[in-house]
Amino acid sequence: MYAQMVKSEATQDDPEKLAAFQARIDAGEKIEPKEWMPEGYRKTLIRQIGQHAHSEIVGQLPEGNWITRAPSLERKAILLAKVQDEAGHGLYLYCAAETLGVSRDELTEALLAGKMKYSSIFNYPTLTWADIGAVGWLVDGAAIMNQVPLQRTSFGPYSRAMIRICKEESFHQRQGFDIMRKMATGTKAQRHMAQDALNRFWYPSLMMFGPSDADSVHSAQSIRWKIKMNTNDELRQKFVDQTVPQAEYLGLTVPDPDLRWNADKGGYDFSEPDWDEFFEVLKGNGPCNTERLAARQKAWDDGAWVRDGLMAHAAKQHSAPVAAE
Amino acid sequence: MGAVVDLDAALFEGLCRLGDSTLVLGHRVSEWCGQAPVLEEDIALANVALDLIGQTQMWLGLAGEVEGRERTSDTLAYHRDVWDFRNLLLVERPNGDFGHTLMRQFLFDAWHQPMLAGLAQSRDTRVAEIAVKAGKEVAYHLERSADLVIRLGDGSGESHARMQAALDTLWPYTGEMMVPDATDAALAEAGIMPDLNGLRTTWDALVQDVLAEATLTIPESGFMHKGGKQGQHSEHLGHMLATMQFLPRAYPDATW
Amino acid sequence: MSAEWPLWEIFIRGQHGLNHRHVGSLHAPDAELAMRHARDVYTRRNEGVSIWVVPSAAISASSPSDKGPMFEPSQDKVYRHPSFFDIPDEIGHM
Repeated sequence: MYAQMVKSEATQDDPEKLAAFQARIDAGEKIEPKEWMPEGYRKTLIRQIGQHAHSEIVGQLPEGNWITRAPSLERKAILLAKVQDEAGHGLYLYCAAETLGVSRDELTEALLAGKMKYSSIFNYPTLTWADIGAVGWLVDGAAIMNQVPLQRTSFGPYSRAMIRICKEESFHQRQGFDIMRKMATGTKAQRHMAQDALNRFWYPSLMMFGPSDADSVHSAQSIRWKIKMNTNDELRQKFVDQTVPQAEYLGLTVPDPDLRWNADKGGYDFSEPDWDEFFEVLKGNGPCNTERLAARQKAWDDGAWVRDGLMAHAAKQHSAPVAAE
Repeated sequence: MGAVVDLDAALFEGLCRLGDSTLVLGHRVSEWCGQAPVLEEDIALANVALDLIGQTQMWLGLAGEVEGRERTSDTLAYHRDVWDFRNLLLVERPNGDFGHTLMRQFLFDAWHQPMLAGLAQSRDTRVAEIAVKAGKEVAYHLERSADLVIRLGDGSGESHARMQAALDTLWPYTGEMMVPDATDAALAEAGIMPDLNGLRTTWDALVQDVLAEATLTIPESGFMHKGGKQGQHSEHLGHMLATMQFLPRAYPDATW
Repeated sequence: MSAEWPLWEIFIRGQHGLNHRHVGSLHAPDAELAMRHARDVYTRRNEGVSIWVVPSAAISASSPSDKGPMFEPSQDKVYRHPSFFDIPDEIGHM
């Protein structure tokens, strides 16, 4: 998922107000921006939505890496449209965060200063065309696991952004699977690329859900506030159960010798990813952390004169009245 | 090149000129994905690139059909070398800064839009149909690029300077769009494509108006590069093709 | 400079005859660019036939704390709804 390890903020509000707030959430009401909310709720949401938005934007880069090398005109168009959607999703999410009193520029600067995170998954490289398939199939698949329940989150603007995103995103995982299927049933070299992509993206995809949070106080608070809908382990299990049969269909081998169907629990037993690696990636030591942030920094710096120039022009003009149709 | 006698050969050539130009420009614009100055522009640039890629599929698809050698739009895009490409030199210019990308787009759009309007009147209905569809997309491209050129030309001191620099660099690549060769003449004669001489008036008027409003100065030198339409390109195109064609070339027996 | 572009609220008429509906927001230096951005961002999937853009700062919103006095008085005026009235079956549609 795109928001990992979001710490919930402690809240020191009036207990009566807090109880009334919780009652509204329990009753399934949506919280809207101008309404009273605990400071901790607001801050946690800014961090979570901001991280989610950053993930969409940084997430453009590993896939964008192959737009200029897509193997056919149609694949090029599909991939470009898909990565364009990620930009749109980032935009919707930044707007949702902005209703909480933080600006998009502030969030961007926090990302570039390393004060805010994005999903660990985007620090892994896309080395072959099959990786573009794997990203769509596994990474978008994992993201969807998280995003579908988030459509019911308690914060109105976040929920509405997620509804729009889920609607648009429905083609993303399919396009990834479609690429994988072509590769897995293609030439020897293509089959090799497909298996190699699965080998490299399997564990990083499992990491997307974050370490087990069954005992986490932060997660419990976020779940009570309905800004987190499931535990990390629940979502990870669901992802494995859904993905393994798909890999079998493709004739690919999930790189986990201990993967077994467990009839008692009605799901697969599987190996944990290397959590030391995960924490190193979060600290900035993943294969592509430096390149990803440098690319965002360059876009931000190089674009400054455009943003300023357009503002300067607008300031010179009289704001034209806009008539309703 | 000598006089073109075979009209189908001329048509194939003319369609490659259109399709290669949209292909190369679409590719260049797609290089911006994830790097634009602001999210809203990132999305807008992708829309332009998607339109151009779609137009490429139509023009090169028709080119393959006219040629009758079972080459598809993908075969033409991915399995020809530099000397077979017929795109304008203007569109293979590297992206440079956002100002160069935008100025290149505007100078091309200002030609592309009246060109498509002429093609929509083609005696060849296949050509006319594509031109009508592409014309709607390109009308929007032109509206967008002209407006942004005006805004950034007449924006801040820095944006003005950058737009002027872009204009100075790109201006010498605009000439070949409006200079017909034997192929263009044969196609115009047959009523299949518009007379390029006629496009010049429209292009000049539009470009002069927009650049004046943008407070930008058209370079005085009348020197113009040429050769793209005949397959004589700059070094840049080869690098672009090396990237673009890598997979189909490296794995010729694969389908994707 | 480095002033952030202002925020705009985007309303789209999905089909002829329907109301414009709030679909989201975006940043733009002025109304004209907000309009173009709205076209590029919010109608990529053929979602609209007409767009309104409004500066977010120009929207006056009712205060959440007024929710009671503002909206509750209408709750007991049930006679405003047609289902309040019994119409005999033999009358048919009315």
